[in-house]
Amino acid sequence: MSPRDAEAPAPAPVPPLDRHPPAGPVRETLVFAGRAVRKLRHNPEQLFDVIVSPIMFTVMFTYLFGGALAGSPQDYLQFLLPGILVQTVMFTSVYTGFTLNQDISKGVFDRFRALPIWRPAPIAGAIAGDVLRYTASALIVLAVGMGIGYRPEAGPAAVLAALALLNLFAFGIGWVFTALALLVRTPGTVMTLSWMVLMPLTFASNIYVDPATMPGWLQAFVAVNPVALIVTALRGVLGAMPDAVDIGLALVAPALIVAVFGPLTMRLYARER
Amino acid sequence: MAALAEEGRVERDGPPAIIAEGLTKRFGATRAVDGIDLSVRRGAIYGLLGPNGAGKTTTVRLLSTLIRPDRGRARVLGHDIVTEPAAVRAGIALTGQFASLDEDLTGRDNLVLIGRLLGLGGRPARSRADQLLAAFGLAEAARRQVRTYSGGMRRRLDIAASLVVTPDLIFLDEPTTGLDPRSRAQVWAIVQGLAGRGTTVLLTTQYLEEADRLAERIAVIDHGRVIAEGTSAELKARVGSGTLHLTLANHAERERAVALLAALGHQPRREVDRRGLSLPVADADVAPDLIARLIAAGIPVADFAYGQPTLDQVFFALTGHAAEPEGAATPGPGLEVMR
Repeated sequence: MSPRDAEAPAPAPVPPLDRHPPAGPVRETLVFAGRAVRKLRHNPEQLFDVIVSPIMFTVMFTYLFGGALAGSPQDYLQFLLPGILVQTVMFTSVYTGFTLNQDISKGVFDRFRALPIWRPAPIAGAIAGDVLRYTASALIVLAVGMGIGYRPEAGPAAVLAALALLNLFAFGIGWVFTALALLVRTPGTVMTLSWMVLMPLTFASNIYVDPATMPGWLQAFVAVNPVALIVTALRGVLGAMPDAVDIGLALVAPALIVAVFGPLTMRLYARER
Repeated sequence: MAALAEEGRVERDGPPAIIAEGLTKRFGATRAVDGIDLSVRRGAIYGLLGPNGAGKTTTVRLLSTLIRPDRGRARVLGHDIVTEPAAVRAGIALTGQFASLDEDLTGRDNLVLIGRLLGLGGRPARSRADQLLAAFGLAEAARRQVRTYSGGMRRRLDIAASLVVTPDLIFLDEPTTGLDPRSRAQVWAIVQGLAGRGTTVLLTTQYLEEADRLAERIAVIDHGRVIAEGTSAELKARVGSGTLHLTLANHAERERAVALLAALGHQPRREVDRRGLSLPVADADVAPDLIARLIAAGIPVADFAYGQPTLDQVFFALTGHAAEPEGAATPGPGLEVMR
């Protein structure tokens, strides 16, 4: 033994611990969801996006466009808020892919993949964690909106229904980004590509203005844009005029996405790296 | 081959922890692993020794079920890696080459996470985490994010994460690469402790010294193949147990020195440094005599050192090329090419 070895404190023996029965898919998914939430606490920039940007967008757009588009910020807010809810959740969903890609590129997923757990648990958990994140963002938008004068005409039950609908939508959209995360090499690229998808979907919609003034080709796009469809459905729910057809249409895209990108994501995840 | 001679003994100790036959994995046109056979006794520390790109990590990823072989078979803890991957995963732990930890979480949260995933309840997972943190000297850093940890601390936490539930077999992929000597000694002590309590360890390394110190058997890997296998003593007998490194005062004297040493029955190798020579010598006691002979012949020696052969020298002796991906060095004279 060299003198250097003698300096190193020998680690204390670790008492052995026998294997436990598996936690099962549900608990494993929840553990990963808890991890996503914990990570958020340690990531100030993500926390900023979840908390600060919804506040910023709600307040800024209300006072920026309100007078010009609806005569007064108050009237505009009533129109804008359901849209801002969708926009916020869309922007937050980008992190699903970003975080997943980061995990994979850092090697921590190798450990997860070598654990005796339900294989989809890390991904299912990440998406479940995001649902919590969406809810937090949406609640912040609602609180800020109500603070500056928004009144949900349909009452608290409708607000809960709107949140549920919003989460369902976001859960579906999230699978696009998980698939993307598994296809692309770096977290930065995931981010860039995600924004390229999100920007046209968000801005070429009915979130900010009534599409009636848009040129025909743009109106045609808005008419099928999933973002616009969910905004229409939410406006109905929050405005005490829920429309079953609107709600159904709003859920078509998320359902299709889950059907296509869900299996694709799992295949990409099982693929070797 | 030595492995076959060992087979009988291995069988008597129960089924081997790892048995691989002709394991092959291609990435595009590259054969990362090209027909590897391994037999690792239960409770052993087994070393995979080789340079970067030799196929060590791919072998570990195959055996830990992260990737599937193109050809060949392997049983780990008695289970087939292709048809029973879940059973394999239930008994193994993997500490990858790049810290397989969540940098955003604290050290403690990382261990609690693994504990929960392995079926421990909240409280038992937390107390197990604290137990491991204390044992690995990480109690003070327990509530710090892993991104603030030093290389040595990460390694220890990484190994601790593999021990939340005691595995039957642990894969350690280059556990000491990039560590300072003190941290390296700590990891060595941990590995020895593990095997002392019956866990089988498969360890990859680029350092002969490490494999020599820890492993009861070593497979030397090059270009995805096992080029030598045996105990450390057997390998050293092939390579030369020790090496004398000489730095001459004047590079112009080197060829004369080579001739003189060769005449004395040695096999000097020309180092990249034009004044440098290295030669396997069985015994350190020979060194002063050789240096005295050089000086007597008018070849001044500026510096000398006696030590274990480096990986490069092992490779040179076994393959005739250096441990670089595509042997950059030209073979020296009088060296046995064993392939």
